[in-house]
Amino acid sequence: MSRPTTLALSRFCAAALLVLGAARSAAAAEPIEQRIAPCLACHGANGSSQTPLVPSLGGQPEFFLTVQLLMFRDKLRVVAPMNEMLSGLTDADLKAMAAYFSKLPPPLPPAGAVDSGRMERARAVIEQQRCNFCHGATYGGGDDDPRLAGQREDYLAKALADYKNNTRRGYDASMADVLYPIGDEQLLDLAYFLARQR
Amino acid sequence: MVTRLIRSQRLLLTVALSAVLVAPSFAQQPTDQTAQPGGAPSTAAPGAPKPTPPVQPEPTTVPGRPDIPNAEVAQKLKNVAPLPFGAPADKLPVAELKLPKGFKAEVYASGIPNARSLRIGDKGTVFVSNRVLDKVYAVVERNGKREAKVIAAGLDRPNGLAFHQGTLYIAEGTRISKLEKIEDNLDSPPKPVVIYSDFLNHQSHGWKFMALGPDNMLYVNVGSPCNICEPPATNGQLRRISLDGGRAEVYVRGVRNSVGFDWNPATKELYFTDNGRDWLSEDLPEDELNRVTKMGQHFGFPYCHQGNFTDRELGWGRSCDEFEKPVALLGPHAAALGMRFYMGKMFPAEYQNAIFIARHGSWNRTKKIGGDVVVAKLNKDGSVKSVEPFLTGFLKNNEFSGRPVDVQVMKDGSLLVSDDHAGAVYRVSYDNSKAPGN
Repeated sequence: MSRPTTLALSRFCAAALLVLGAARSAAAAEPIEQRIAPCLACHGANGSSQTPLVPSLGGQPEFFLTVQLLMFRDKLRVVAPMNEMLSGLTDADLKAMAAYFSKLPPPLPPAGAVDSGRMERARAVIEQQRCNFCHGATYGGGDDDPRLAGQREDYLAKALADYKNNTRRGYDASMADVLYPIGDEQLLDLAYFLARQR
Repeated sequence: MVTRLIRSQRLLLTVALSAVLVAPSFAQQPTDQTAQPGGAPSTAAPGAPKPTPPVQPEPTTVPGRPDIPNAEVAQKLKNVAPLPFGAPADKLPVAELKLPKGFKAEVYASGIPNARSLRIGDKGTVFVSNRVLDKVYAVVERNGKREAKVIAAGLDRPNGLAFHQGTLYIAEGTRISKLEKIEDNLDSPPKPVVIYSDFLNHQSHGWKFMALGPDNMLYVNVGSPCNICEPPATNGQLRRISLDGGRAEVYVRGVRNSVGFDWNPATKELYFTDNGRDWLSEDLPEDELNRVTKMGQHFGFPYCHQGNFTDRELGWGRSCDEFEKPVALLGPHAAALGMRFYMGKMFPAEYQNAIFIARHGSWNRTKKIGGDVVVAKLNKDGSVKSVEPFLTGFLKNNEFSGRPVDVQVMKDGSLLVSDDHAGAVYRVSYDNSKAPGN
């Protein structure tokens, strides 16, 4: 368990992570709802995360989720709590979890006034870099391309920065390609814009 | 073979560069950009109050870029991701594969997710690498049963493989490592030992193809970290490195991303495939087959594409005459990857010294092409006489059921073909007992 990471999480979420290791082996025969309860402690009861830097999973494409779960299990992405939670799970486990999360409702954008200047700046970047080509006209994602609409802004900002800095590994390299010419401020505008789509 | 001839005519393969330069093969449709902006027509009447701008950008045209298409077209341009667990053996499309008369394809190995580069050890072990996953496999036969064993895991995009005197060399994203005496220790393989790590860390074109040269140096591509850019001096090149990792030098430059090369057995010259840039056009540029006649040559990227036109942004003030030109063009967005010269004894004489080239298949193109193996036959002087389809059938109704990555000639002269989409290796053989005069 990586302490610095869990400290950032909510108390409930952290507690769920701590009990998971012991529970996992016994849980294999349990229904999927019980098995994924510790996941939703951090990722949100209905798949809409209230935890800083932890993504919402609701409405994500099943293929994308399967691939990400595989990448965490096999440590292609190194994020200690995720690596721990998924270690030892079978391919079938990962597929079942992905199928379940994908059917949860997509997250909603935050309420409140919208900074139209930031929205316009982001829109220009999106048109130039064709984000909508893969992520869809309404950013709902599909296949290997995640849903971006309504995702947590802090998580989007982190994911974009990690792709650009080559610290996050993609299943393919297209995000590093796309973000190669994009500045840090623009990444924040993108996160702001995408979090406010539905 | 009527169907094959028609197919071959439809393929956008261009042979003999001189012919290309005189009469380009690419068919560019003239488009009336003013008539079809590709977006929803405006419904606002003149003089009506302006509606509030929508929050969603219209996924249509970009100011100044009427070439960027609508959402429906956009979806067809997406890359197809490899299946994370591969496909079960009984779901592989082996029955749909097509080959010239006398050849047949069979499944050699399955259940190797993201099967990429192929190499054969001195004792006949077939090694298979990953690109988006982390493993290297050994395919071994025991008691008449063939199985794929993981011999290394936790690697960083271990795409490149080379074999020399019992040692398997693995080119990862940011390092080259080795497994000594691997064929004697397949059940308890040693941990990889890093011999070289002077690479930038970049995801874009960060995976590496590698091969052992006739000079016993490891040749490795160091790709350009972008679709189109001025690559750093450390990138956009083929590099050669001594087997102990102690000596490294740039071999050639101007390479966007090469995922396949091999040496002409007759002339010892290196031939390599190079993938053309994206987002320029459906039909341009084509991937290249290049031939190195001298160390230090420059093959054009990012200034000149396919040997005959300069880049839209980075080509100003440059001329294609400054750079080496390709010896053949292999199709736009076709993703020509692994290639080997054929020196086996099984196939008919016309394939001697020909190059088999795996074309992974396109993205960034609405009508997919590639997803096949083509064969380039050479003239005595090393120029390319023809490029013809060889193994086809993976592409149907604009969908891939497999995507060839690498080819490898077996000791018996048959040809292995890896498929990173379904996670399989196919074997192509030729029945020479039925061939007349053979």
